[in-house]
Amino acid sequence: MTLIDTRTPEPKRLIPGATGDWEVIIGMEVHAQVVSQSKLFSGASTAFGGAPNDHVSLVDAAMPGMLPVINAECVRQAVRTGLGLKAQINLKSVFDRKNYFYPDLPQGYQISQFKQPIVGEGIVTVAVGPDKQGNFESIEVGVERLHLEQDAGKSMHDQHPTMSYVDLNRSGVALMEIVSKPDMRSSDEAKAYLTKLRSILRYLGTCDGNMDEGSMRADVNVSVRRPGEPFGTRCEIKNVNSIRFVGQAIEYEARRQIAILEDGGSIDQETRLFDPGKGETRSMRSKEEAHDYRYFPDPDLLPLEFTQAFVDELAADLPELPDEKKARFMAMGLSEYDASILVSERAIADYFEKVADGRDGKAAANWVINDLLGALNKAGKGIDETPVSPAQLGAVIDLIKDGTISGKIAKDLFEIVWNEGGDPKAIVEDRGMKQVTDTGAIETAVDEVIAANPDKVEQVKAKPTMAGWFVGQVMKATGGKANPQAVQALVKAKLGIEE
Amino acid sequence: MTELTALTIAEAREQLKAKAFTAVELTEAYLAAIDQANPVINAYVAVTHDRARQMATASDARLAKNEGGALEGIPLGIKDLYATEGVHTQACSHILDGFRPRYESTVTANLWADGAVMLGKLNMDEFAMGSSNETSFYGPVKNPWRATGSNADLVPGGSSGGSAAAVAAWLCAGATASDTGGSIRQPAAFTGTVGIKPTYGRCSRWGMVAFASSLDQAGPIARDVRDAAILLKSMASVDAKDTTSVDLPVPDYEAALGRSVRGMKIGIPKEYRVEGMPEEIEKLWQQGIDWLREAGAEIVEITLPHTKYALPAYYIVAPAEASSNLARYDGVRYGLREQGKDIVDMYERTRAAGFGDEVKRRIMVGTYVLSAGYYDAYYLKAQKVRTLIKKDFEDVFAAGVDAILTPATPSAAFGIADQELASDPVKMYLNDVFTVTVNMAGLPGIAVPAGLDAKGLPLGLQLIGKPFDEETLFATAHVIEQAAGRFSPAKWW
Repeated sequence: MTLIDTRTPEPKRLIPGATGDWEVIIGMEVHAQVVSQSKLFSGASTAFGGAPNDHVSLVDAAMPGMLPVINAECVRQAVRTGLGLKAQINLKSVFDRKNYFYPDLPQGYQISQFKQPIVGEGIVTVAVGPDKQGNFESIEVGVERLHLEQDAGKSMHDQHPTMSYVDLNRSGVALMEIVSKPDMRSSDEAKAYLTKLRSILRYLGTCDGNMDEGSMRADVNVSVRRPGEPFGTRCEIKNVNSIRFVGQAIEYEARRQIAILEDGGSIDQETRLFDPGKGETRSMRSKEEAHDYRYFPDPDLLPLEFTQAFVDELAADLPELPDEKKARFMAMGLSEYDASILVSERAIADYFEKVADGRDGKAAANWVINDLLGALNKAGKGIDETPVSPAQLGAVIDLIKDGTISGKIAKDLFEIVWNEGGDPKAIVEDRGMKQVTDTGAIETAVDEVIAANPDKVEQVKAKPTMAGWFVGQVMKATGGKANPQAVQALVKAKLGIEE
Repeated sequence: MTELTALTIAEAREQLKAKAFTAVELTEAYLAAIDQANPVINAYVAVTHDRARQMATASDARLAKNEGGALEGIPLGIKDLYATEGVHTQACSHILDGFRPRYESTVTANLWADGAVMLGKLNMDEFAMGSSNETSFYGPVKNPWRATGSNADLVPGGSSGGSAAAVAAWLCAGATASDTGGSIRQPAAFTGTVGIKPTYGRCSRWGMVAFASSLDQAGPIARDVRDAAILLKSMASVDAKDTTSVDLPVPDYEAALGRSVRGMKIGIPKEYRVEGMPEEIEKLWQQGIDWLREAGAEIVEITLPHTKYALPAYYIVAPAEASSNLARYDGVRYGLREQGKDIVDMYERTRAAGFGDEVKRRIMVGTYVLSAGYYDAYYLKAQKVRTLIKKDFEDVFAAGVDAILTPATPSAAFGIADQELASDPVKMYLNDVFTVTVNMAGLPGIAVPAGLDAKGLPLGLQLIGKPFDEETLFATAHVIEQAAGRFSPAKWW
């Protein structure tokens, strides 16, 4: 693969060193576990958890004479992912054997795709940011390829004083390896790319993206150079299992490489491991120690071939993806910031759309982002665990819209619904939370406040903006239920303040 | 009554149906023959007395009700590379010590479904790598044939040496075998038996210990052409568990016997007249040509120009695939384990102790030709050669040739522990010179006995056919068999 530099060095992304600025170059190989009932080449279950070796077929354990049979669902998922990455779909691809010995690799080879992957070049548009002004920068990260391959099992070295145990539950589970081009220039870009990729996979339902369960892992290639110079020697950081760690690993690795180069040293191409505890990378094996995988086409499997009609059918069934959704939300009048947050997870977008249905989009977005997501975040809950349903939140917004409650009361109402549940309208009725629009009652309250505070009445004459203080006092006196607009008007009229 | 073990499958089938004897009696006759002969011949590495008797009893019950499949009550020997549930399955390798699968290969399952009885597991070259059955962990098989006036032990050929010897010595009615580069046809030729390697994809490979996946194919060794046709009919099937198996109906091969060869075009490839070929082989080949011409076939000289590259290309492709296929024998999950100080040491000790020299040689060759920097020069080039070999055959068949006649082997059976062959593996590989092209092209090939050499040893001819046209091979081989007669060794064991 020839590496092409698609980016122009920009000062804001450069890393200052002792001897001048440096640019970091990042490419990523993401392993994403395919959502499917059974494994890539066997009928064994892919369910997470389960006792060791519960989900193992004769094929997964590489018993003598066993043969792989491709799982059509995994092929569909890979094609759907390729379509989501706006990538070329290869109607013919080939499975190869990648040969190496390891106890959790029962066949002694991994079935993968080497020269002819199922998906070719594609593109991911990544919004990096927001910056302090709330602006996003849009960058394009090229996808080199996506191929299907088998996952390995797991070696366990802590179960017995002298023996290692092997769990083959994951052995043979389908993975998509998604290889990016070296198009990222900062840890923020890398994190944004991974976040976006995960979002696309989740929208498509082709990978659950749960990095903590290992269903998505990243190998990060990092090199540094002086701006404008050719690519430097890269190091590959293996199996980074959170987006935060990807950022940390890149920051550490870039600085490590810069320090070596500034000391007059050179970078050795090698594979490194990220230690999340220490926040550093360390050498795993050098280029010389790299395996010779002896790839060759797997003779047990015919080339994988399908028709354009098969691809077209999958394309027609593809859900709306984050980019398209974001554009649609912005067309509804939402800011890019709001739209970005709402599309970050398909479930949030779906929630928002239910709330916004038949209501003001901007109001719905504010409530979802500021109140709902804020509360969820504080409670450490995901959108799927929300105690407030879209219908409930919608009802709260409706009550503001028709003047039944004030915005302030609405916040209280939201909290009640969050904690206790129930129909917001009924709660407002039962607890007397309706705002007071009876001018007589409000007038009495205004008169009382004015009579009790002659000194403030004097002051407001010099400073008309102090009218707000009177409004606040009246609202307090009425338990917040008075219509704020009515209070405002009466206060101003009684104090003789011009509109 | 004639000796029960003297009967062909076709004969036994009729007499079992006529209730001339029972399946248990037939099975007992074979078990007795095995118990007597096997200490000398060494064709079986495991004899399943109890299972054989149980299966025969079940067959008798079905026969009593005038039910039963195409092979009801027929006792068969099974090459040790077929997975047989709960029974010795080691491909005659030390590294699979004690391995008894929980599953049954598709081919043997097909045979049992048709009523066949399993006598036991047959000796073979380790992982089917060899042409003399001398690489078996269980020791060499002795060919039931000896040169006239000689007591010298001869090899039965390989890798299906146990299968061929057991059929020739009447230690089973028929046997399963497998063929990667000639492992059915060469031992058949060395023992005066009939062996067919069907088209790649005709039989399922599921449950067969793999040697070279793109070349391996199951097939039978039998006493005559009819028995081979009967066995292949039962063995063949499409299989969802082997995606390289082909979904085509399995014809009634036996019905092809007796079909005339009149007007058929038989190709004689000039490239198969190899240098140093014994005159006797030349004569035999000419005899075969004459028989077919007399039967009304048209004989045409043909050219298969890439033949000379087939053997070297084969000895790149087959070891390459083998080096990968045999990686699973690592001491971790089953079979032999030699303890080591760490995992790598355990691998090394296990594989050093578990594999024999020939297997190690091929793993090393295969690993080398797939290595970075050598892949293009060896493996990729060999695959290109393979494409050319395949095209040679396609061109000939497209020009109207129905089948190709060649010698099966460049010589008759040779001695056990032949010093010259032991010192030069390439000489041993030359045994496959007429047979590997067929595997490289994925075509069907049958070896049929055609006569005896001056020393009284059997020699065979090979017929090569179009993909999935095994019927033409059976029909044509039957014509040769009719002309040549059948050959059995004089019992000395």
